[in-house]
Amino acid sequence: MKFVAVTSCPTGIAHTYMAAEALEQAGRAAGHEIQVETQGAAGANPLPPEVIAAADAVIFGVDVEVRDRYRFEGKPILQVPVKKAISDAAAIIEQAAELARTAPAPAAGAGAPSGPALASKVTGDAGVGTRIRQWLMTGVSYMIPFVAAGGILIALSFMLAQIVAGKQGAIDVTKVPLATVATNFNALDGMHWAALLFQVGAASFAFLVPALAGFIAFAIADRPGIVPGFVGGSLSVTVGAGFLGGMAAGFVGGFIALWIARRNVPKSVRGVMPVVVIPLVSTLLTGAIMLLVLGRPLKWVSDELTRGLNGMSGANLIILGVLLGLMMAFDMGGPVNKVAYTFATTGLAAVGTATDATQLKVMAAVMAAGMTPPLGLALATRLRPSLFSEPERENGAAAWLLGASFITEGAIPFAAIDPLRVIPSLMVGSGITGGMVMAFGSTLRAPHGGLWVTPLIGGIFGYLVAIVVGTVITALVVVSLKQLGRSAPETAENEALVAA
Amino acid sequence: MTALITPELVLLDLDSDDRTEVTRALAERLAAAGRVTDLAGFLADVQAREAQMPTGLPGGIGIPHARSAHVTAPSLGFARVPKGVDWGAEDGPATLVFLIAAPEGGGSDHLTILAALARRLIHQSFRDSLLSAPDAGTVVEIVTREVAS
Repeated sequence: MKFVAVTSCPTGIAHTYMAAEALEQAGRAAGHEIQVETQGAAGANPLPPEVIAAADAVIFGVDVEVRDRYRFEGKPILQVPVKKAISDAAAIIEQAAELARTAPAPAAGAGAPSGPALASKVTGDAGVGTRIRQWLMTGVSYMIPFVAAGGILIALSFMLAQIVAGKQGAIDVTKVPLATVATNFNALDGMHWAALLFQVGAASFAFLVPALAGFIAFAIADRPGIVPGFVGGSLSVTVGAGFLGGMAAGFVGGFIALWIARRNVPKSVRGVMPVVVIPLVSTLLTGAIMLLVLGRPLKWVSDELTRGLNGMSGANLIILGVLLGLMMAFDMGGPVNKVAYTFATTGLAAVGTATDATQLKVMAAVMAAGMTPPLGLALATRLRPSLFSEPERENGAAAWLLGASFITEGAIPFAAIDPLRVIPSLMVGSGITGGMVMAFGSTLRAPHGGLWVTPLIGGIFGYLVAIVVGTVITALVVVSLKQLGRSAPETAENEALVAA
Repeated sequence: MTALITPELVLLDLDSDDRTEVTRALAERLAAAGRVTDLAGFLADVQAREAQMPTGLPGGIGIPHARSAHVTAPSLGFARVPKGVDWGAEDGPATLVFLIAAPEGGGSDHLTILAALARRLIHQSFRDSLLSAPDAGTVVEIVTREVAS
């Protein structure tokens, strides 16, 4: 048989080479062909692509990450600690031979990529749907910590601000400039602490969509995907395309990086491919696509939606509430959501001191409808935990707090994994909540803050009833849609993904 | 280029049951030869690597090693510990200890000699010949010949 191997260790001067020698000796002693790439301190000796292509199995004897691991995708891979490769080389060669014998033949267009954490479990015959789920899952699992950290910090900031500065606190805290926190911090001023929490939380939130896009691309193309994914995700935020745009950026960036990485290039260029050519070209292409292709249609959509909303000023308020609710839940921070939210806050600025203006009802409907998506999903993960993966269940715990704080983004991880079932459910709940708030005539003169601006809400009872009803409906619809369209194997696969 | 190993860097018949002590004895030789500029700093670097996972390996060898800013040239300190000193290997104490010192940074080319040394270490014949070498001069000769080949 033919094997290739990579050895590497933290210091790169001893174990790397001992393992290489041990594997070569053991491989030859057993009558196999073997070539070893030593990723140590004494320069690199990359395996030629044709040698990798011809190998029956790949052995990683490594204690640090394999550089350019994507080169081995689609191959049966045996990974062991470098020390084991030194002390047990013969047994490892035998295991690799066994792995090569039992591995499924690579699918057409070999090199089926998958989440890196799953690299050793890559199933060459995995279906397209499964692979897309693995990619999304990878992106979401890396995004969740950003959502949790940022969302909880912002929620804590609102809480603290309300305690130290009264009912206007949660509004005022967002107006404390970053410069004040950075250069004029007063440790005795509670609002400064609240502003500190808010600024750090907002900074963490700014990575939410880039991290989602970056790690979707990472799952598709391994390391080369990270830069185009992150940059594309960041541009998606810039052009206002939200997390749906970020998911698109992840796929675009990942496949572009993969496509470039798979080019056969002259040996002279090969050395600079991973550090210069792939990041440069893939990032430029991804960024250009995000800006040139998405920019204009998005602008058109939000202009049209804004005009539509403005034209409804005389229409039935309940219908307006339902519509705003649907929009809030559609893309959670994306263009549609933003139009609805901006519509509400612009009205807030125009209303002055009136206490019963329509604009105040609009604001109340929009905030309530933006709270039910995370709340409803949090409830759903409690009602039927088995329908959700472990990362989703953990995110569900944080989603209670995020929802209560009007941080709609808390629902994004769920929506990104399973958009076709989750987004419609959220829209149903939010639409009903928006309509109910309008019907009850609750008012609000704060642009954000969730339950932490409760003292500013007029008609609080109806407002809370609307939120509870929307939350329950969201949860029930999510649970039934997930049960309807989900076969048992998919649930099992969720568990497998988590275990990986 | 500075030779990888010289007779002053060889300690035959060292009697110690403490790997820190053995490492220090070898490092002192490297410092005395001007190959290590800051003994304490270098030992800390070796200890840091050792703390990740002990470097003892089957066949009775220990290979404490570090890339360190306090090293001026790739160097090998060699000690024979006939009674054996525990180096964390599963199959028992180490009787051969190789202290491998590499300069931090710089070009990688001069590190190839250490790569060649590391490759020899797994060969039983190489270890046997070091075990039976009668004096420091012979050790230097064996290492130099094997690593150059």
